[in-house]
Amino acid sequence: MTLIGWFQIALYCAIIVALTPLLGGYMTRVFNGERTFLSPVLRPVEVVLYGVGGVDEKREQSWVGYTIAMLLFHVGGFLIIYFLMRYQAALPLNPAEMSAVAEDLSFNTAVSFITNTNWQNYGGESTLSYLVQMVGLTHQNFLSAATGIVLAVALIRGFARASVNTVGNFWVDVTRCTLYVLLPICIVYTLFLVWQGMPQTLGAYVEAATLEGGKQTIAVGPVASQIAIKMLGTNGGGFFNANAAHPFENPTALSNYVQMLSIFVLGAALTNVFGRMVGDQRQGWAILAIMGVLFIAGVVICYWAEARGNDAFTALGLTGGNMEGKEVRFGIVASALFAVITTAASCGAVNAMHDSFTALGGMIPLINIQLGEVIIGGVGAGMYGMLLFVIIAIFVAGLMVGRTPEYVGKKIEAKEVKMAMLAILILPLMILGWTAVAVVYPPAVASMANPGPHGFTEVLYAYTSQTGNNGSAFGGLTGNIFFYNVTGAVAMLVGRFWMIIPAMAIAGSLAAKKTVPPSGGTFPTTGGLFVGLVVGVILIVGGLTFFPALALGPIVEHLAMIAGTTF
Amino acid sequence: MLQEIRPAIVFIIALTLITGLAYPLAMTGIAGAIFPYQAQGSLIEKGGKVIGSALIGQEFADDRYFRGRPSATVAPDPKDSTKTVPAPYNAANSAGSNLGPTNKALVERVQGDVEKLKKENPSSAVPIDLVTTTASGLDPHISPAAALFQVPRVAKARGLSEDRVRTLVESQVEGRTLGFLGEPRVNVLALNIALDAAK
Repeated sequence: MTLIGWFQIALYCAIIVALTPLLGGYMTRVFNGERTFLSPVLRPVEVVLYGVGGVDEKREQSWVGYTIAMLLFHVGGFLIIYFLMRYQAALPLNPAEMSAVAEDLSFNTAVSFITNTNWQNYGGESTLSYLVQMVGLTHQNFLSAATGIVLAVALIRGFARASVNTVGNFWVDVTRCTLYVLLPICIVYTLFLVWQGMPQTLGAYVEAATLEGGKQTIAVGPVASQIAIKMLGTNGGGFFNANAAHPFENPTALSNYVQMLSIFVLGAALTNVFGRMVGDQRQGWAILAIMGVLFIAGVVICYWAEARGNDAFTALGLTGGNMEGKEVRFGIVASALFAVITTAASCGAVNAMHDSFTALGGMIPLINIQLGEVIIGGVGAGMYGMLLFVIIAIFVAGLMVGRTPEYVGKKIEAKEVKMAMLAILILPLMILGWTAVAVVYPPAVASMANPGPHGFTEVLYAYTSQTGNNGSAFGGLTGNIFFYNVTGAVAMLVGRFWMIIPAMAIAGSLAAKKTVPPSGGTFPTTGGLFVGLVVGVILIVGGLTFFPALALGPIVEHLAMIAGTTF
Repeated sequence: MLQEIRPAIVFIIALTLITGLAYPLAMTGIAGAIFPYQAQGSLIEKGGKVIGSALIGQEFADDRYFRGRPSATVAPDPKDSTKTVPAPYNAANSAGSNLGPTNKALVERVQGDVEKLKKENPSSAVPIDLVTTTASGLDPHISPAAALFQVPRVAKARGLSEDRVRTLVESQVEGRTLGFLGEPRVNVLALNIALDAAK
């Protein structure tokens, strides 16, 4: 661990905190339907879309209507990806002549991208045409991100509004989110990435005659435009198999730093949107503080474990941390930091191979996802996930003093608590349930790349990542078999929608309630006590649920590593 | 529900066209005009032929060249397409080794590489990046220590003085970006091109 390393981490946190109120203010204006500096250009496009779509922008939807619109939108996205993949061989923009993708892999991939998971059971450059990458995947990178954000906004409106039956108009929110927030940032961001060395071309793969006289086929493509939204929308699905470790997908140390910032920036800004909409920005900062505490704890442990390295290498006289599966231009600190960020948020891009991390270094990404990806989290998904935990924490606080709890002026009653628990319980059901099935099903076991406890961790990570809609992987596992394609898709769908629907029910229920003015007995939710309570609840729920599984995987592997045991 | 069908169809199509076609195509046009070199893949040409990309590592086996890091990329087996064979630095199929820290295969491979390198240069400590696989299988860089480690071998194979080769390596070291981002590194392909030019 180095001073420069810690400085990179500290500066990262400072930049995110500085950007939060700026972007939060802008996004609040966008979702309140106010004019912004981009309105002269974008407003006409918006009006045409509403006209053709037959949407009255003043007509708002109930939580049920909002949810149905969202689900229909996903069905459309699913069909587009699935059929593009099945028929890519017959469609244009396929210079590498990729053949049709099998049914189960197409199904898994389509589900993966509409749920903002971007789990990849395929290698991009060896499987997909440019058309699928652009029209299939880039567009869903935008739309699944926009969906996550607007659902969080709908839940925030539930807290902010009083005595109404509506939470907003899904079509208006999605359009404004895409046009005013995601697209403008991505346009500038794409140019930055190309400047740093990322390809952006429709030309065919390049044939090079190497210096030693060999041949090298270099895969290129319209990379930068997809990577911009992949990071900003916490999607994480790589253009290339090696994801952000690939030099074309992350050419420099600077592109790496900006990519890390772009993973967190929108999710962090949503905490400020929350504060502004409920009329007290300190409420947003308290949420960000909860996320910050958990984030920094993860960074410290992961950086320590990776810098400490693999005992088997140290015994050979090698120093400098665990460089297996890492890139020289990033080194230890930028690889460990990236791993924590990408799993705290539900991004899932990787700039180093998590499968080759040390046991404890690889456990932190796993825990981050298992805690529900509420540490900033996926754009939107992290915010509504965190609010579910806040509801549980407030309920616990209420139990302690025997009083109906309230949060930002809303009474939290049986319905909200039940819905929050329903959403939170889905994580262990999908993660532990499917892992248990997989480890006794021989074809699934045969897919493990590593023997011993590490193989178990690969499977646990796969279902954790898919249920949490993260998409990063312990990549050794051969996921492209029928069993993993189908059960993984189920985990992704349930993990996404079983979380969303209860969250939306809470939004509807809260919006209909009256606002209660704070009294002397109101638990203050902007101070250290509140932050500590929520952190405690998150850790206890996550810890009690997943500790036994972690003990069988990374913890036992760590003990084996320091004892010099190999498998 | 029925009233949401029309907007569902219109918005999914319109937003797909905007974000899936208009945006990437416009960016391809603009990026190609402003940054044509990078947009094409930072290709290096010699005598009108592409010899590689400045960002993508290449396989070097000859003692006369500096070597990059071990690469775990594979290619389909020409004899049996359901199997794969090792193909280091295959830039059409990026991948890491994905071997876990307690995997015997990993530890034994690293041990073998360390022993080989110790024979090649007994006087320096083996740099860890020379015996660990790159995440992408395409890492274009090695650490300055890993480049300096190879100086005696390269100098001997080329009949150059070690000082001459060492100076060349030092001139190719890139520092941290802005003084604090990333790690100091040497681009292996650029170093080898400079080496060829120096003879």
